[in-house]
Amino acid sequence: MIAENGIVIAFWLLAATTIGCALMVAAVRELVQAVLFLALTFVGAAGMYIVLSADFVAVVQVLIYAGAVSVLMTFAVMLTPAADRRNSETVFQVPALVLAGLVLAVLVFVTLDTDWAISDRAAFSATAASLGEAFLKPYVVPFEVASVLLMVAMIGAIVLTQEDEPPPRRQEGE
Amino acid sequence: MMAPLLDLITGYWWDLRDLSNLSRMIYGRLDDWGFPDWSIYVISGMLGTLGIVSFIGGVAIINIWVERRVVGRMQSRLGPNRLGPFGLLQPVADAIKLMQKEVLQPASAPGLIYTVAPIAFTVPGIAVFAVIPWGRHMVLASLDVGLLYILGMSSLAVLSVFMAGYSSNNKYSLFGAMRVIAMLVSYEIPIVVGLLGVVLFAGTMDLQGIVLFQEDNWAFMVMLQPLAFLIYFFAISAELNRTPADIAEAESEIVGGYHTEYSGMKFGLFYAAELINAVSVSAIIATLFLGGWWMYELDELVPGWMIFIGKVYGVYFLFVWTRGTLPRFRIDQLLAFAWKWLTPMAIINVVVVAAEVLVWEESGWSAGFWIPVFIAVNGALTGALVVGFVKFFAPKFQRFPTRPRFYPDIDVPSLPAVTGAEFMAKGGQA
Repeated sequence: MIAENGIVIAFWLLAATTIGCALMVAAVRELVQAVLFLALTFVGAAGMYIVLSADFVAVVQVLIYAGAVSVLMTFAVMLTPAADRRNSETVFQVPALVLAGLVLAVLVFVTLDTDWAISDRAAFSATAASLGEAFLKPYVVPFEVASVLLMVAMIGAIVLTQEDEPPPRRQEGE
Repeated sequence: MMAPLLDLITGYWWDLRDLSNLSRMIYGRLDDWGFPDWSIYVISGMLGTLGIVSFIGGVAIINIWVERRVVGRMQSRLGPNRLGPFGLLQPVADAIKLMQKEVLQPASAPGLIYTVAPIAFTVPGIAVFAVIPWGRHMVLASLDVGLLYILGMSSLAVLSVFMAGYSSNNKYSLFGAMRVIAMLVSYEIPIVVGLLGVVLFAGTMDLQGIVLFQEDNWAFMVMLQPLAFLIYFFAISAELNRTPADIAEAESEIVGGYHTEYSGMKFGLFYAAELINAVSVSAIIATLFLGGWWMYELDELVPGWMIFIGKVYGVYFLFVWTRGTLPRFRIDQLLAFAWKWLTPMAIINVVVVAAEVLVWEESGWSAGFWIPVFIAVNGALTGALVVGFVKFFAPKFQRFPTRPRFYPDIDVPSLPAVTGAEFMAKGGQA
């Protein structure tokens, strides 16, 4: 029956889409196409979160990853002079392959090692309010530390990319 | 006198004040005929989608006429006036022309991205309507994170603009696409931080909840949050690519921007999607800031969805008004406006609202006392910030500039070197 199996069908459709798009990211030669497939992968992951009834995380996934991170990646691709249209061979192919293999090994190990118990509680009704409570009451210190870390990263990026001689300041008006 | 008449319709399916009565009757019938539960769920979703999509289709056709007539009126032109009464059939003729046109595609354009881009640009504008409440019981998907859903959808549309600009393989298209991305990176921040003020006051991200908050407190959100309204209005008109901020398709600079290479119905989709996005943003503003379907006691008599559509068109008129009267920003002005004015103002707004909400909760006094106080305080603050910005930070207005104002280093022949005082001394003639 659809009523019972709907969530299973949704899961398999989303899983097929996500993995297919993720494979395409590695397969296509053109960098911008890879970024676009990556955006689709992010949307598929957001669908997974919806299946898991984590509505807040799903929407934030679309907003931040599909909306902002992929846009930043296109920005980076367009501003990188060395990235040619046909992504050519580089010396980093072997190290990248090794690193990807290691990440895959860790993920497979974690997947096999975890005891996948099925929870018997009902689906969450709404997660945004309780997430907010958790961030600002019991976990306020880690939350603030993460914010400071992001701030430091941002300032670091500005300092690293700053030119030695600032361009002449423009005067507005008289 | 009204009471017996209202008794005649209240609760029946022909009660047009609330279309959910009609759909509830349909579900009741289906249940009687022995349809399973999940099919009723599917059918209710389809009915709501059908209603929303047909509304959007009608609006996209009518708004071409509305926009051209209103802008024409503002610019002392006639606008479409030949086909049908008042030119009402002009959009139909436009649509038929676009469908018949041959679609030309650059040979070097990658086919899939080029074709998907206009479709991917149209879908988010329609999907936004899923969470917007049309009446007390009329909302298709009452998401707990409705506002974030809207923000996520609108950020997806920008990626498809980039797809269009990149896949056209045309430098003007790429200029337009890069301008869109630069604009998104700048304007996403004031939009999100500005709307945070609304969410803090309402205490929920559910759009129906925000409307009910305004009903409970007997005040439109625009009175409580005038600064957030201004920030959202300016920032979203940049994201919409409408004229004060349409640098992504500035005709006089970069031909057509990202849709330079599009023709036929593919261009038609971009054109329609722009109108649909304008309407969906108007609907968001009407819901968040103007009370949605609620209008003091009026929604007892007039159907809430009619009030809502009226408000949507009121906001849409504001967008047409800015388009018809304001000149275009330059890209550096537009980005500086986002970073130097909108973002600091949005942060100030959030700090003020957070303090107000805290005071409201801690004091234990009723909303009847605090809401008028907050309206007065936030109104005064907004006025002071806007006036202060114009007084201290904006470039001074010069009727007769004596040198280039933004690039003093450029060597240009001298401008008409007449100061205001000299001008007046000559008797007002240059």
